[in-house]
Amino acid sequence: MSFLDTHGAILTIIVPLFAAFLMPLLGKLSQKAPRFLAAGALALSSALAIRLAIQVWDSGTIVYTLGSATGTIFRIQLIVDGMGIFMALIMAIVSLAVAIYSWSNIDRYTGQEKYYALLLLVTVGSYGMVLTGDMFNLFVFFEISSISLCGLVAFRSQRGESFEAAFKYMLYSTISGVMILFAIGIFYGQYGLLHMVGISNAMAVNGSTMLDKIALGLLATVFAMKAGSVPMHMTTPDAYGEAPAGITALFVAASQAGLYALFRTGFTIYSSGMNMTTLGWVLIVLGVLSMFIGVTMALVQSDIKRLMAYHAISQTGYMLLGVGVGMAVMADPVLMAQYGVDAMRGGIFHIINHAMYKGLLFLTAGAIIHRMGTSDLNEMHGLGRNMKWTAIMFILGALAIAGLPPTNGFSSKFIIYESVYQFNPILAVIAMLVSILTLASFVKVFYSAFLGPRPSKPVKEAPASMLLGMGIFSAVIVILSLFPGFIIEKIVDPAVSALVPGVELTPLSSGFFPSTIITGDGFWSVLVFIGAFVSIMIIASLIRSMGNKGFTKRKGMGQPYYFGNRVTASARVSGGNVYWGFLKAMERYYKPVKAEHTGDANDYVAWLLITMAVILAVVVFL
Amino acid sequence: MRPMSKIVQAMACLLYPSIIVFGAYLIVHGHLTPGGGFQGGAVAASAIALMIVAYGSKKYNKTRLSALESTGLVMFISLGLLGLGVAFFHNFLANTGGIFGELVEYGTNLGNLNTAGTIPLMNIAVGLEVVGALGLMMVILAKGPEKGGRV
Amino acid sequence: MIWQIPFLVTVVLLAIGLYMCLMKRNVIKIIMGISIMEAGVNLFLVALGYRDGGIAPIFTQASEGTMVMPTTQALTLTSIVIGLATTALMLAFAVMIHRRYGTLDVRKMRRLKG
Repeated sequence: MSFLDTHGAILTIIVPLFAAFLMPLLGKLSQKAPRFLAAGALALSSALAIRLAIQVWDSGTIVYTLGSATGTIFRIQLIVDGMGIFMALIMAIVSLAVAIYSWSNIDRYTGQEKYYALLLLVTVGSYGMVLTGDMFNLFVFFEISSISLCGLVAFRSQRGESFEAAFKYMLYSTISGVMILFAIGIFYGQYGLLHMVGISNAMAVNGSTMLDKIALGLLATVFAMKAGSVPMHMTTPDAYGEAPAGITALFVAASQAGLYALFRTGFTIYSSGMNMTTLGWVLIVLGVLSMFIGVTMALVQSDIKRLMAYHAISQTGYMLLGVGVGMAVMADPVLMAQYGVDAMRGGIFHIINHAMYKGLLFLTAGAIIHRMGTSDLNEMHGLGRNMKWTAIMFILGALAIAGLPPTNGFSSKFIIYESVYQFNPILAVIAMLVSILTLASFVKVFYSAFLGPRPSKPVKEAPASMLLGMGIFSAVIVILSLFPGFIIEKIVDPAVSALVPGVELTPLSSGFFPSTIITGDGFWSVLVFIGAFVSIMIIASLIRSMGNKGFTKRKGMGQPYYFGNRVTASARVSGGNVYWGFLKAMERYYKPVKAEHTGDANDYVAWLLITMAVILAVVVFL
Repeated sequence: MRPMSKIVQAMACLLYPSIIVFGAYLIVHGHLTPGGGFQGGAVAASAIALMIVAYGSKKYNKTRLSALESTGLVMFISLGLLGLGVAFFHNFLANTGGIFGELVEYGTNLGNLNTAGTIPLMNIAVGLEVVGALGLMMVILAKGPEKGGRV
Repeated sequence: MIWQIPFLVTVVLLAIGLYMCLMKRNVIKIIMGISIMEAGVNLFLVALGYRDGGIAPIFTQASEGTMVMPTTQALTLTSIVIGLATTALMLAFAVMIHRRYGTLDVRKMRRLKG
């Protein structure tokens, strides 16, 4: 065992932590030093995380005991298994891309060393949450990530709104932190243990008690809150919208650490002592609510980042739905083999897909805001003419989030549709409907930001470092899109078997190349799709070549006309009005739903408490 | 915050060293008696609070407090990293006979300061960090938001 | 019966804290409510570690009698530190909100909605 084999897990967390602590000292020396330290530390820790991932996939779960060479469950341990390392990989990619992106994005702000220190601490918190094997450390890292994120939301201190958003998010995360600690107290009072596996084993002896179920209700609610699930999503769009663009991408990954904690609580701790069907249904209901309310609220937004934030909520619903279906049928090996495993694969694969394409979309939004100086869709037009690379990457992200083939978003949603349909057809239909609405909403963003007449003042392409950050996400999306079968087998399957030990994993890509997915009834191959796409394109160009050779474009023919007049910026339908017909027709739905997003912190707390009460009642009494 | 009267300032100056000494005592005795880095640091930071009340918040230099905080944190993590021969946070100084490395006597006794390995050193690191962080917090909050600036 | 009192107080403190977060309109009062909730949970943890007739868990005085659980006390300390950080940050937000909005009433700080 080499040094890195033994200590890789803790070094992944410690390297960014150490850099974060050095940051204020270094910030005194030079203005530019913090950005290089942050990028360097995150590159190192990402490399360590990838190395750790390869080690885990090769040789199984790694247990690292702090402070001693010998480990017992009474010591603080890091337990790195397939699921933890899956989340750590997401964090590795996102944090590095964000650190590079931030070079130009926050160039004009003071206090950069604080920004980078907090960025590193968010990374530490998320790595810690997914790598630890101990409930109390989970709480500590949860708080580290929440507090640092709140500090970052308030980073643009010239705006009062950013403090409002930070305060509301902080209110939610602090109440959640108190509830987690209460649940931990319940565990410790009963079993004298904080170690997840230890608690799970203790529960297996006598089954879960009433107190355990209360703890489960609390933990499920607060981790669903951290993931941004409806109806505890109220502060999420505020925080996503007000944070600097790079941080929003990081926010997505950090929220998914909450999702991880939710799955870890359900599968690893509780599944030994009680039937998980109830919690599975809780996740399904939360997931469906998040999907639907998230996407419908996104349609009415005119702020580009708020719109994307509501989509983040909506996409979280897919993950909750997929994994919830897996949890609901966990007790039944036949159903589990039939579709439960596939649903979980889809849900977990969607986590990495979502982190990548949503990160990319937020970064493109940040690039637009950086160049335009506004985030209002109604004031944007024609950016595609000058910001070509941003536009191309936006299209890639938008295709992926809408779940259009051949992107990675399609692969994971395809598996979710296929498996959830066998569980309950209505859920699958809702999931598809949400996907269509997602596409509609991104068509709106693309139309209002990139199409139309040139902007009145000249706009340049985004700076190189921002393009590089977006490029990292785009490259990962392309890889995930081209080899979905391979990725599921290598990365997602270890995560599934870490959550449900001993489950039978029939390979999805039994075909001849690694880009095929075969579920029970469905077949999806990227290569076949691309082949068909290319051949249709060739046919189309053949038909085009049969046209009149002497045709030349005259002046003005390429200009857009509308009712015989040249389209000007003022005559154009602005972003907020694109779907006015649809919104008018849905008015009876929108009126009460929009009215609930009051912006009042008291109401938000009330929603959190109501959800907590309902989940507690369901989990304890059913 | 504005400075207060001469009487308050004189009394604050008298109390200041004893509060700092008591804080330092709590920090270095953290492994023997109730106390430790955070508690001692909080006590020592209350001396800073006293000075802010008496002399106003202009007296304190934010840069130095921030540097103190970072130094404490870096020292803490470094102590953890030095144990990496066995595991992170391994107590490599315990029972070595060197600094803080004496064996602990069994049975009821007053306790020997020179025991417990890296734990007292970590307490000192945390103490520095807490003095810096709490002091910084109080200085900034006492100054109030500067015009157009951050808290 | 006497053992139950700390747990009852915990519940009361949590209820007061949640009530304040739910009903009070002043940001400072909401922050106070959160601090009260944190105090309640800290009391819960310390009460869990109590052993009948236990002495303070100090190694060099370990000769006779039982000790109370030191783990929960360590957890409480960590939680106090985290509580300090959250309270300080939220107060800083309150100061800045007052500066930018001119009010501390949560009903008037509703620029982000919908």
